[in-house]
Amino acid sequence: MLSLMSEAAVERKVAPPLWRNIRVLRGFGQAVFVVVVVLAFRELFLNLQFGLDRQGQELNFEFLRQRAGFSIKEGISYNPNQSFVRALQVGLSNTLRVAVVGIVLASIFGLIMGVARLSTNWLIRKIAQVYVEAVRNTPLAVQLVFWYVAVVLALPSGVSGGLSIWNVAFISNRASVIPWVRAEDTFGVWAIFLVIGIAAALAARSWRTRVSERTAQPPRRFLWSLGTFLAIAAVGYVVAGNPVRLDVPKFVDRTYEGGAQLSPEYTALLLALVVYTGAFIAEIVRGSILAVPKGQKEAAEAMGLTPRQQLRLVVLPQALRIAIPPINSQYLNLTKNSSLGLLIGFPEIVSVGRTISNQAGGATQVLLIWMATFLTLSLTISFFMNLLNRAVTRRGERR
Amino acid sequence: MRRGIFAKVAVLAAVIALLAAACGREEEQPQPGGTGGQQEEAQSTLDAVRERGTLRCGVNETVPGFGFLTAEGNIEGFDIDFCRAFAVAVFNDPEAEPELVPISADERFNALRAGQYDVLVRNTTWTSSRDGAEGVAFTHVNFYDSQAMMVRADSGFESLEDMNNTGICVTSGTTTELNLADVFGELGLEFEAVSFEENPQLQEAFIQDRCQGWTSDRSQLAGIRASWPEDQGGPDSLVILPDVMSKEPLTPAVLDGDSQWQDVVSWTIKGIILAEELGVDSGNVEQQAQNPDDPQIGNLLGAPTEEGAPFDPGLGVDPDFMVNVISAVGNYGEIYDRHVGASSPLGLERGLNALWSDDPPGLHYAPPYR
Repeated sequence: MLSLMSEAAVERKVAPPLWRNIRVLRGFGQAVFVVVVVLAFRELFLNLQFGLDRQGQELNFEFLRQRAGFSIKEGISYNPNQSFVRALQVGLSNTLRVAVVGIVLASIFGLIMGVARLSTNWLIRKIAQVYVEAVRNTPLAVQLVFWYVAVVLALPSGVSGGLSIWNVAFISNRASVIPWVRAEDTFGVWAIFLVIGIAAALAARSWRTRVSERTAQPPRRFLWSLGTFLAIAAVGYVVAGNPVRLDVPKFVDRTYEGGAQLSPEYTALLLALVVYTGAFIAEIVRGSILAVPKGQKEAAEAMGLTPRQQLRLVVLPQALRIAIPPINSQYLNLTKNSSLGLLIGFPEIVSVGRTISNQAGGATQVLLIWMATFLTLSLTISFFMNLLNRAVTRRGERR
Repeated sequence: MRRGIFAKVAVLAAVIALLAAACGREEEQPQPGGTGGQQEEAQSTLDAVRERGTLRCGVNETVPGFGFLTAEGNIEGFDIDFCRAFAVAVFNDPEAEPELVPISADERFNALRAGQYDVLVRNTTWTSSRDGAEGVAFTHVNFYDSQAMMVRADSGFESLEDMNNTGICVTSGTTTELNLADVFGELGLEFEAVSFEENPQLQEAFIQDRCQGWTSDRSQLAGIRASWPEDQGGPDSLVILPDVMSKEPLTPAVLDGDSQWQDVVSWTIKGIILAEELGVDSGNVEQQAQNPDDPQIGNLLGAPTEEGAPFDPGLGVDPDFMVNVISAVGNYGEIYDRHVGASSPLGLERGLNALWSDDPPGLHYAPPYR
């Protein structure tokens, strides 16, 4: 029967029957897959509800409006009389603070170390190699506790003032404090001058480029634009009449007042994340540089560029193009790893959430909040990295 | 184009299949829930424990005197003896040993709800929101504690008022953490709460002077002080301030919704307290069980009466379970003296933990066993 039919089909060159049509079969396969996945999730959700029912709990988020009652030592302004929602916001702000700064510093650090691994200098190359291998092959949690207990807490005791640097900055295991500039009321006026200064600097830069092209004089673009900017900024500073003030920290009654303060927990977490993620980024940078075709470097060399220029103008731009997708996942890792802050009592969103669920119940709700938070953060980072990736991808390679 | 059509067909098929599946589930929905619920009721924790053959107990292993991992690798302490008492009660066997599950303060309720252990005996304060929202049921207070502050002896702090602008070490997710904010707020003092999940990290931060005070239950602080490392100055380098910061009735807890199991745990504790009140201890319990001094003792120990049938309150355990419990761990006073009392390294007076009938009286008052 079948053979008869297929022979007929071949003869008449018509579409095969439905059950042998590859498109239908594929469609059916995908439909089955979707159904299985959805049913599995449904089953898991029902199981969750069943579990909650059995314990007489329900999935509502009202309890988050209750008074938090516990104190959080750092982050945006907060006091224990505010709600759990506010406490979570404080946690989120701390997560963002460590993730954003961490991503910037890890990128710079990783780039330097990645280039150093390919240095022609034996010592620099080996230092970078030892760093990468040591850091990459030990658990982050261990490194974090090391940074906290053995490095940051071992700083001079903070309650007696810690190590004072000419009385303008302090280093201690309660806080590291440096002088900081604070805006005065007239800062707005100065800000206008600063914007004008930047515009004028850009104009000066393009003017110097044109002059250089016409007369073959050295362009000196940087000096010219910097000079223009500083001149306008200085005029604006006088016009606005001291728009910023230097806030020098003081040690008063066992604590620091003023300046910018870094808590030891924040410092340790930032150090751990930057050093750890930097090692992975260094390897990505190294691999990406090696992936740039050798001819590019040879061509740059033939054009008489110095080694530094070869790296800066020819190799790195092409290497970073290759590096962006894997570096994106390192950024995501850094952000998620910030949740290890709870090991050293850094109040990021996971440690605040744990405290809440222990004080007021609602473990499942807090879990859902964590998942939603990190999903949002990760997707946001990926979104921007994809934009960057699109911007640097060569047109013909876009898909 | 054709591809698009087939994709649509696939999605449509998926949706139809799902709807069908969903309808099917909707009808049978009440059933699994219903039968499941009945099964849960039929299978009480008591039966589950007997079936398993061991009682699992969520404990602390970091607080000397209450639950502490010794150098020999055993977890010992006041709370651990109560765990043993529950195991002895369930199996009515003086040799029965519980399986001890060390757990952090933050995870203790989650783990109890997840069924990792049958009873939580981990210096846990009885509060309304834990009783309600956390889905746990508290049984009977086994230790009346209060929150206190420990400082270095050379710090010069004599009361909480001296402690403005200090860092305070505290375990995260505890009632202690809440009281700390309340008490310092009332006193109008600024402080920095340095919170960790585990005592070892707290201890490290305290040693390194990251925090100048360490607040916790007075009993815990006494235990930590007693075992303070000699290279850090030993117990004498630390002082516990006299300020009383809160009420902390420490109470073993079980999962909500299993009153039979709650009764067994609760009455084991009450029985241990009653035994002290009635003068029954591990030395005389065998003799009292044979020949009780008075009917109350006879009831508690399930001694045979003249008619032969012993008193059975219907708790679901053997009528004479208290005989084995007392001979295994002793009465309340014996447990107290062994681990935390004046003669132990902790050296805690009975204070609030004396019996109501003692002089001076304490708070331990067990309902009558009849």
